[in-house]
Amino acid sequence: MTEFFLFVVIMLCLLILVYLYRVIQGPTVYDRVLGLNGISTKSIILVVVIGMVYDREEMFVDISTGYALLNLVGAIAIAKFFEQRGGG
Amino acid sequence: MAVIAITFILAGLFFLLVAAIGMLRLPDVFTRSHAVSLTDSLGMFCILVGLALYQGLGSNMVKILGVLVLLFLLNPVIAHATLRAAFRSGVKPLGEEHK
Repeated sequence: MTEFFLFVVIMLCLLILVYLYRVIQGPTVYDRVLGLNGISTKSIILVVVIGMVYDREEMFVDISTGYALLNLVGAIAIAKFFEQRGGG
Repeated sequence: MAVIAITFILAGLFFLLVAAIGMLRLPDVFTRSHAVSLTDSLGMFCILVGLALYQGLGSNMVKILGVLVLLFLLNPVIAHATLRAAFRSGVKPLGEEHK
């Protein structure tokens, strides 16, 4: 079963590379914010799956919860900032 | 139980792959948001349900389902805030600039 979880980890890393292309290339700043949102969603799943690989789920799931809340605060702050400043 | 968990995780990886293809191919920020909020939420749901089923009953399963509920609430909120900012700061949707 560890091999299957390692396969899931590798697939998630490849998907993160696709989103990273959109973050670097994106025409407007909102494309970059959406790409960062996708990357953070995949990172949360990645942390949980890495916890499965190392057999320490109870610790890694807590880390992923904190990362999800941090992602919410960051994305809302960026969206509010560009909404008030305009353009981008 | 492990077979059901593997089926859920593979289905979730398929949906995440579809979301990544949509992120590459779709032409505009408003259409890309469908890929990143809808399909991504479904793939994330499938993968986390698979991991929770693999854990079996216990505190780890409850924690993983808590992360699932949290992400299910946060992902549409973030997409909506980003797109409202984009719309209010003057990014035109795809068919609008020809009118």
